[in-house]
Amino acid sequence: MGAVKPETIRVEYAEFHPRWYRPPVSVYWWLKQRQYLTFILRELSSVFVALFVVMTLFQLWALKKGPEAYAQFQQWLQSPLVIALSIIGLFFVVFHSITWFNLTPSAMPVRLGGKRLPAFLVAAPSYVAWAVVSAIVAWLVLR
Amino acid sequence: MEMAETITLEIARYSPEQDTAPHFQSFEVPVHKEWVVLDALNHIKDREDGTLTYRWSCRMGICGSCGMMVNGEPKLTCATFLADYATKGSKIRVEPLRYFPVIRDLVTELGDFLGKLKKVKPWLIHPSQAPLSQGEFLQTPAQLERYKQFSMCINCTLCYAACPVFGLDPIFVGPAALALAQRYNMDSRDQGSGERIAVLAHPDGIWGCTFVGECTRVCPKHVDPAGAIQQYKLTAVFEWLKSFITPKGQDI
Amino acid sequence: MDTSSHDVLLVGGGGAGLRAAIAAAEVNPKLSIAVVSKVYPMRSHTVSAEGGAAGVAKADDSLDEHAYDTISGGDWLSDQDAVEAFVREAPQELLQLERWGCPWNREPDGHIAVRAFGGMKKRRTWFAADKTGFHMLHTLFQTSLKFEPITRYDEWFVTKLLVDDGRVQGVVAIELMSGRIQAITAKAVILCTGGCGRVFPFTTNANIKNGDGMALAYRAGAPLKDMEFVQYHPTGLPFTGILITEAARAEGGYMLNKDGYRYLQDYNLGTPEAKPVLRSMELGPRDRLSQAFVKEDQKGRTIATPYGSVVHLDLRHLGEKLINARLPFVRELCLKYQNVDPVKELIPVRPVVHYMMGGVSTDINGATPLAGLFAAGEVACVSINGANRLGSNSLPECLVFGARAGKAAALYASERPAPNGPLQALVLDERKRLESEFLHKSGGRQRIATIRGEMQATMEKSAGIYRERNLLEEGAGQLRELQERYRDIQLDDRSRTFNTELESALELGFMLDVAVSMIECALHRTESRGAHQRTDYPARDDGTFLAHSLVFRNSDGSSRVEYQPVTITRWPPGERVYGQARQEQQH
Repeated sequence: MGAVKPETIRVEYAEFHPRWYRPPVSVYWWLKQRQYLTFILRELSSVFVALFVVMTLFQLWALKKGPEAYAQFQQWLQSPLVIALSIIGLFFVVFHSITWFNLTPSAMPVRLGGKRLPAFLVAAPSYVAWAVVSAIVAWLVLR
Repeated sequence: MEMAETITLEIARYSPEQDTAPHFQSFEVPVHKEWVVLDALNHIKDREDGTLTYRWSCRMGICGSCGMMVNGEPKLTCATFLADYATKGSKIRVEPLRYFPVIRDLVTELGDFLGKLKKVKPWLIHPSQAPLSQGEFLQTPAQLERYKQFSMCINCTLCYAACPVFGLDPIFVGPAALALAQRYNMDSRDQGSGERIAVLAHPDGIWGCTFVGECTRVCPKHVDPAGAIQQYKLTAVFEWLKSFITPKGQDI
Repeated sequence: MDTSSHDVLLVGGGGAGLRAAIAAAEVNPKLSIAVVSKVYPMRSHTVSAEGGAAGVAKADDSLDEHAYDTISGGDWLSDQDAVEAFVREAPQELLQLERWGCPWNREPDGHIAVRAFGGMKKRRTWFAADKTGFHMLHTLFQTSLKFEPITRYDEWFVTKLLVDDGRVQGVVAIELMSGRIQAITAKAVILCTGGCGRVFPFTTNANIKNGDGMALAYRAGAPLKDMEFVQYHPTGLPFTGILITEAARAEGGYMLNKDGYRYLQDYNLGTPEAKPVLRSMELGPRDRLSQAFVKEDQKGRTIATPYGSVVHLDLRHLGEKLINARLPFVRELCLKYQNVDPVKELIPVRPVVHYMMGGVSTDINGATPLAGLFAAGEVACVSINGANRLGSNSLPECLVFGARAGKAAALYASERPAPNGPLQALVLDERKRLESEFLHKSGGRQRIATIRGEMQATMEKSAGIYRERNLLEEGAGQLRELQERYRDIQLDDRSRTFNTELESALELGFMLDVAVSMIECALHRTESRGAHQRTDYPARDDGTFLAHSLVFRNSDGSSRVEYQPVTITRWPPGERVYGQARQEQQH
């Protein structure tokens, strides 16, 4: 099996001074590996969290302006673009929450009686709190 | 799945005296069920091509010399079995650890990494001059457990090869060095956190880390450098808040 | 031509080398200290030591008992003045390491924990999980970083000692990265290059253990001592040779033959008990356990595998909890490299070469007879280990004699002028040699791997656990032939940049010299003692051989063997007794 060499333009080698090869890092480094892509999507999810906050602020502003403005806001919410954005946003916000909860045990080692608690036990209270708060909000909204 | 009898290794070659950039060369090696990638490299070097250049020593996963990219993943080649890759027609691509300058073939430049280890002051800082006759500093098993995991690092630099922050900006101090600093910070006998904080709580230190978490995933000794860094981020924030309350120059 | 100069130069940056460098820096902070190592220091083979480091620590123990265990374990070939100094300084060195941050295992109250170990009557082995050498080496390396006077030459390969006017004046070394060959001069040179396990085919030793320092000293005219004493560790994994630490037996492991029988009871090592009894059965000395394996094998009671015969190490009765707490690395190694879980299955093991009792002859302060040359660690032979080393004595040996050699070399260097001999000419000669014999040579027909493989096979056959005259002489002849063929070696790699093939060729040259000296000493010692067992001379002969073999290189390249009596202080030669009978003897 032979070696296939690239075109060598000009090899600069001074005796006893070898040139180290410095591999370039592509601007698309984040597409080269599944874990890198997941990381970038995780970071991107913060944008959607911010968007939801902005939407909530709009909602409060419309509430303040009065029933007409609020009705307009509700109309806007039902437009197909906003629905699509909300669904995508919901996915990202859920993804954001799950990744955040799963990362907290790394940052906060909890010890009970000298032994470290396994990660899922440290993350569990966050999930429980999430479920409880969601249940309360759902009950308030749907009753 | 049936194990093939031979397997092809595509190995990155680079000789600064002849090349301006690396290229790949293929070799066929027999597959034995106990062989690791390192055995295959040795087989090639001993019998076919003595110019193949790589580092290795203990071949039991404790010296940290033999780290390389195997099919795009940072691995210790002494602990990576051919059998796991050897289905018919499969290939193994072996390259030097990513994000480091390459001296030759599979050998990377480590001087910068060694410099970063020294920069974080990885030694016990304790003002006591108590003579040895007074015996050991007491340390309970629970106190030992708090830093033991971070003391397991074999300096193999697989974590650096996994870290995109280091890849994009080599000035980042990096996972292993930061975890080693934390190993001393958490050692109950150490009183040197104040001396390390300037290097650690710095944009090139822990604040460069965006918690990608790849370092922890590839670490062969389960050191969890990402955890070490995030834990220190919390500590650094508290120290920063405390610095508003305590007067300047106070011991941290 | 570039030359660097320092006051003290260490060849090798492992446990002994780093300890010596720190000791020299502490004795005289004005000295310039160089650590020249062919690998980065944390790759040194100290890193793989698992079991522990012995030092008298508890109230029920005494220095005399540690000394007696060491001397009897060494079959009375140990120099007793050196052993007395060693047992006295070992606990202090281990404590110093604790002060430097070494994460020793602890008792619940925070004091250092100690465990039992082979050949030791009391529990005195300090340990850091089952990665003691790793923690010790990393502690030493990280501590050495704070000493400004220490300059490191990482990945520089020493090819020759510079000797002028009967005094060592430095080294010639290749900077692997660039290929530059230059002198590093020094007033004192300390060899800390470790042992030579790679002379044999099955060894726990890393690729870098090629007897470099032994060959360098031998070629420079310093004698090697006790080269015939090679330790086989009784429990290495077949094929890889990976070490399964003695700690596994200290925690209670059993050794079983193919019938599941604890066969050690047939070899004067005591009677089997459920729990480990110190200095008995599986906690007997390594040489006796390895010899028992060979005898069992001859009786056909071992298990055949594609990689040779094995016996079984049984840890199942220890339970998962204890194995995970005390032997986690053992479990990891067995799972990974042998596909065996020690919690549920038997581990196949066989004796593999592990440690070299012999080495560069030094006195109690690490000084060799060659002025300016010192040695410490496995490369040296003081001798404290005599004819057989006890487990957990070699890590403190690195520390105690590393510190002693460092201090002695520092004092020596402080009182001497800088080297000023015609070293340039010597370096140019060495460059020419390396170029003509290796880098620019054409027409050679031998491959490094072929010669190396044949050397290893010869050593296994002729200088194994049991030796005998005919096989030894056959081995000597084969090695002579291999040394001839070595001159016909051909490298594929002519590059200057990181030429590891050149490195391997030079290491093979070192190994051949060391192998020859080992067989030479084995031929001359016509008795059996410790790890050197002759089937044609099965008895120990204190009348003639209560002495160290010293092998010197003659100017024509041949060797001569002389003898140096062992220093006996308080323990006249006795019988090595292990097993319950030992318990009844009071002393």
